[in-house]
Amino acid sequence: MRVLAAMSGGVDSAVATARAVDAGHDVVGVHLALSETPAALRGGSRGCCSKEDAGDARRAADVLGIPFYVWDFAAQFTESVVDDFVAAYAAGQTPNPCLRCNEKIKFAALAEKALALGFDAVCTGHYARLDAASPPTLRRAVDADKDQSYVLAVLTAHQLAHALFPIGDTPKAQVRAEAAARGLRVADKPDSHDICFIPSGDTRAFLGERIGARPGAVVDAESGQELARHDGVHGFTIGQRKGLGIDRPAADGRPRYVLGIEPATGTVTVGPAAALDVREIDGALPVWCGGVDPDGPLRCVAQVRAHGGLAPATAWQTADGSLRVRLDEPLRGVAPGQAVALYRPDAAGDVVLGSATITAAR
Amino acid sequence: MTGVNATYLDHAATTPMLPQAVAAVSEALAITGNASSLHSSGRRSRRLVEEARERLAAAVGARPSEVVLTTGGTESDNLAVKGLYWSRRAADPRRTRVLVSEIEHHAVLDSAEWLAEHEGAQLELLEVDEWGRVRPETLRAAMARAPETVALVSVMWANNEVGTVNPIRELVDIAHEFGVPIHTDAVQAVGILPVDFAACGADALTLTGHKLGGPYGAGALLLGREVGVTPLLHGGGQERDVRSGTVDTPSVIGLATAVELAVADAPRRAEVVAGLRDDLVGKVRAAAPDARLNGDPGTGLIDGGPSRLPGNAHLSFPGCEGDSLIMLLDAHGIECSTGSACTAGVAQPSHVLLAMGADEATARGSLRFSLGHTSTAEDVAAVAAVIGQVVERARRAGQNGNGRAHRRAAAGRS
Repeated sequence: MRVLAAMSGGVDSAVATARAVDAGHDVVGVHLALSETPAALRGGSRGCCSKEDAGDARRAADVLGIPFYVWDFAAQFTESVVDDFVAAYAAGQTPNPCLRCNEKIKFAALAEKALALGFDAVCTGHYARLDAASPPTLRRAVDADKDQSYVLAVLTAHQLAHALFPIGDTPKAQVRAEAAARGLRVADKPDSHDICFIPSGDTRAFLGERIGARPGAVVDAESGQELARHDGVHGFTIGQRKGLGIDRPAADGRPRYVLGIEPATGTVTVGPAAALDVREIDGALPVWCGGVDPDGPLRCVAQVRAHGGLAPATAWQTADGSLRVRLDEPLRGVAPGQAVALYRPDAAGDVVLGSATITAAR
Repeated sequence: MTGVNATYLDHAATTPMLPQAVAAVSEALAITGNASSLHSSGRRSRRLVEEARERLAAAVGARPSEVVLTTGGTESDNLAVKGLYWSRRAADPRRTRVLVSEIEHHAVLDSAEWLAEHEGAQLELLEVDEWGRVRPETLRAAMARAPETVALVSVMWANNEVGTVNPIRELVDIAHEFGVPIHTDAVQAVGILPVDFAACGADALTLTGHKLGGPYGAGALLLGREVGVTPLLHGGGQERDVRSGTVDTPSVIGLATAVELAVADAPRRAEVVAGLRDDLVGKVRAAAPDARLNGDPGTGLIDGGPSRLPGNAHLSFPGCEGDSLIMLLDAHGIECSTGSACTAGVAQPSHVLLAMGADEATARGSLRFSLGHTSTAEDVAAVAAVIGQVVERARRAGQNGNGRAHRRAAAGRS
């Protein structure tokens, strides 16, 4: 196969690329330039978008003896991921930008360009497995802590058919050891976390600069009493406990959590943990990894955020094409804007069935 | 030697070293001696350096004392632009305007911008015509607006991307009419076009070794004897007190050897290379009929040489991304460039094409083939054999990207 390896400059994509080369594929490395104003050096452990990261990727490609290019996707990334992220927060939602990047950039804009240029697949360093089937089955990674199947659950059967995840069967520690053994300098490069396009790590400040001050009230769900003022709903997410700005304890002395966000009025409702319980979820634009819509209610395990938040459930597609998920047991912290990913309810529980973007929960 | 089985058509980026230059450098590497030392080893090294300087000077119509040895084009451009600015402004504080053409290499452009940001300079970009040429009347109009406030002018001899040659003698005359020094970046011209420092009259001229068959990291700023520049690098003052640093004897010898050979062979080589270039352009257009040649058509004469660099073929391919074309050609062993690069390797729309009036899509969808002393008819044939399919494939990928947002949005609604 002709394989385009997306190389971030990190250890995971370097080893994934190396394995694609070992498998006998004709591999070309591509680093995606996603920042419109890349810094010369990496800041801390955040991001993959500095010139230093591009240099690390280039160095790995040179060691592997494959051609390497930097492709500029900054404009598409800004439009499809960053602007979407800001708009979702402004609308009171909690978006997942990694998921959006997979959906719109890596396995869409990049993959389409790759296929048009004669490549057969895009290879990445994601921690997930693809079983050889037609269409391929997306499964959780062997390394449960690193599993990224949740942020890949938005991929369609067509997208998965042109994807390669060579390191999903390997624990992270082994990936690092393998990188060292292969002479890849990124073997001990720190993991990147947080959001790559917010190098400061201060999401609230990043959003504040872009959304501006839209003050509103923090209101007690039971009494309707105003407990505090805030600068904008973008500072809140469903289930949030800290940073609510409330200066007095609740009457019952228990902590309060964000229960609801009303972007039009700027009202943030807070209340006790028990009120966070959700038993039913609505999702928009469901994607079925197998390529066919289920013909009736589907037993599954639902996952409502990147790590944790699992419950057995029944899911079905409604007449208008959206998804409804009824949970067997309640989940907390179900935030619109996040994805609900559905897994096969067998013992392993690792096969991804599909996903949708959460629009409402109750 | 270029890459394995490669068809090397990127001579404007760097051209293979001449075997005589390789031999001269190799031989000199084994000779010990700091050219500034007083003992016998030092004297021997000094003699080699000064002989090389004399040979270089003679080949480009300069006096040996006018050759300031540097590490290459970027250093020479920085020294000329910043050094002339500081020196002129120190002599007369009113002189803060820096007139630079829009199509300069970043070594000049960014130096001038830095002066504007940090040293109180007023940067004025001289417009170019649709071929990328600075018209004399453009410079005259800018000068005439207040000649006593101009510190320096810098216009490149020949553009590295589109190959257009500027009327340097005429531009020099205009600058001098107003008593203002002028620098020209002749990195792409020396050893290819007839360049004579004395005859052209420029105050400062940049040349570099690796564009003409010499080593990397070796170049010179030709600097008139009366022209004052403030140094960038301070230290031992080895080069006329304008540039410090131990002289790199082997590189200087390699540089002089290459300049001598390239200049001597330039007229013959220009004819051969231009013939191959015209053949290449014709064959590319036959395979991709909507391909457009950017820059001067190359049929005119300027200062006794062609109006376009003989080895340059810069073409736009509507609907294609330059980075796709590069990658697909590379897969066929054909090495060329988009004409401009940056440190992260991201293809930016060329500032040269934008200055010439091209839209951003055209600027992104361009390729530069640059031929040189090792180019052959086989190289041209290799391009001709694949360019049609490459352009077709790149166009599909390019259009694919453009249509994506609409298609996905439509899919989302259905």
